Amino acid sequence: MRPVYMLSGGITKFAKAHPEKDFRLMVKEAFDYAMADLPGLSREMIDGSVCSYFSDHFTRQLKAGAMVQDYLGLCPKPSKRIEGGGATGGLCLQSAWEAVASERMEVCVAMGFETMSRVNTWKGNEFIAQASDSNFDYPVGGFYTGYYAMMVQRHMFEFGTTVEQMARVAIKNHANALHNPYAQSPGKLTIEEVRSSPMVAAPLTKLDCCTMSDGAAVAILASEDFAERLCNRPVRITGVGCGSVSMRMADRPHGKVILLPHESEGDYRDLKYPGVHSFRGGRMAAGLAYKMAGISNPSNELDFIELHDAYTSSEIQTYEDLGLCRYGEGGSFVEAGAPFMRDLDYGLKFNPGHWKHVPVNPSGGLLACGHPVGATGLMQAVFAFWQLQGTIGKHLKTSALQVPDAKRGLIHSHAGTGTYITVTIMESAG
Amino acid sequence: MKKVIGLPETGEGTVLFNVDPIIIKQHYEIDYIHSYAQDSPFFAGLTKKKLLGSRCAGCGYTYATPRGHCMTCGAKTEWIELPLNGKVHTFTTCYFGGEEFLKETPFTLVLVEFDGVDTLFLSRLAGVEPAEVRIGLAVKARFLRNCKFRPTDIYFVPA
Repeated sequence: MRPVYMLSGGITKFAKAHPEKDFRLMVKEAFDYAMADLPGLSREMIDGSVCSYFSDHFTRQLKAGAMVQDYLGLCPKPSKRIEGGGATGGLCLQSAWEAVASERMEVCVAMGFETMSRVNTWKGNEFIAQASDSNFDYPVGGFYTGYYAMMVQRHMFEFGTTVEQMARVAIKNHANALHNPYAQSPGKLTIEEVRSSPMVAAPLTKLDCCTMSDGAAVAILASEDFAERLCNRPVRITGVGCGSVSMRMADRPHGKVILLPHESEGDYRDLKYPGVHSFRGGRMAAGLAYKMAGISNPSNELDFIELHDAYTSSEIQTYEDLGLCRYGEGGSFVEAGAPFMRDLDYGLKFNPGHWKHVPVNPSGGLLACGHPVGATGLMQAVFAFWQLQGTIGKHLKTSALQVPDAKRGLIHSHAGTGTYITVTIMESAG
Repeated sequence: MKKVIGLPETGEGTVLFNVDPIIIKQHYEIDYIHSYAQDSPFFAGLTKKKLLGSRCAGCGYTYATPRGHCMTCGAKTEWIELPLNGKVHTFTTCYFGGEEFLKETPFTLVLVEFDGVDTLFLSRLAGVEPAEVRIGLAVKARFLRNCKFRPTDIYFVPA
């Protein structure tokens, strides 16, 4: 496989509703932004595209990807649709990576969207819950927040994780988003505010959960030859991994931890894994991506992370899957301030901890940016691209979220209760 | 007289939410003809107040939620009758949800573990206050008298 680079990216503002734009126009806006940021690229040089959107129920338009393709003026070039629940965007990026790595294409556009405002929130919850077993899970009271709540109850039981630790994740991501004009719900929160917001599924309150959104994102990938010709500061994709686990949480095994290079079996003598407390597919994805990128100790070798925080709890669980801390330490990791931006004020005091500092979700993540499913994984790619280019100030109109001297970042996309998870490593090529 | 050509007008209108842009209500409804296929014996079992799971004929792995083939080794499974007593493995109480279940909120979901069974079973827990539910709580199965051929024909209560 040959090297693949990201050359440009664009996003629309994520919002509760964009009734003035349909999905085609939203993607067009993100695409035009990406094209304008890479003046050397003409539409003729694009070999094809991959389009990601999660739910045909939300879109209520089958073959919507084909409509995006023609709206962008990319017909008759090759295109296809990628769908994999919440990981749809991450899978789309990796599919575009495959197209270039395999030499099938020189330049491939990864484009994604979701239009969730077309139904009310309770109907949207029903659509999303249909991504659970329709014989045994959905009819029992299918509700994704309920599933994640059961997962974190078990995490709290196994490891002593607390709701206050979870609230810190909400505070961090909402506060980071104060400096991100693309974000849907920036805000300065306190632990009390997170805990006193309406209970959705115990212990998860409304502020522990991401929102439904309308939005689109585009990432343009290309070969080394095109990267050198077209882009001053390309970003290389140096590792891709993905993993899976049984759809039904009830079926998750209780076996041994999949170890990362910096861990040993002795770390987890008594832990039954993954149970319902951890995401085995996330660990699998991380292991594969680290191997490809040559990473042996992730928190020493990554400068920032954009991960799929659909819930505050899943961010904590994901620290552990990614090996930023050991399984069971995720709550203490956030309490020690390890995933916070160094120079921002969160109104929190941090406990001392031995973990390496690595900012997680400087963009604000799903909790504060919003989660227009098919766009989300690509939105992470765009923010990571700007971080690694050092162009956060240019694109967000403030450098507050720029991680100084960022050389290598990780993005992580996650589908319902961990059924599909992608991890992609990106590095500045300069 | 000149013949007038035109489609018949109707009295039906459109629900309009907004005019700039124009946002209208679109109705959509489907009845599926859904087969439980190889999972059918489970639902038949509920009508006889039996909870059926699966045991792999190859490796012996047992499933509290049935599946026709083993997730571990791929062999065909056989039906087994599960105990009607178990313990709460994890739980939540939902105060919000999908439209179909909104009218039932708040309701408590549990994953139930059974002695000697390798996997869990998702169900509703009744007869206990949300604050009283604990991991490890002993529970026993109850069955609806009027079966609906849905997994909620069985539910659990404190033992």
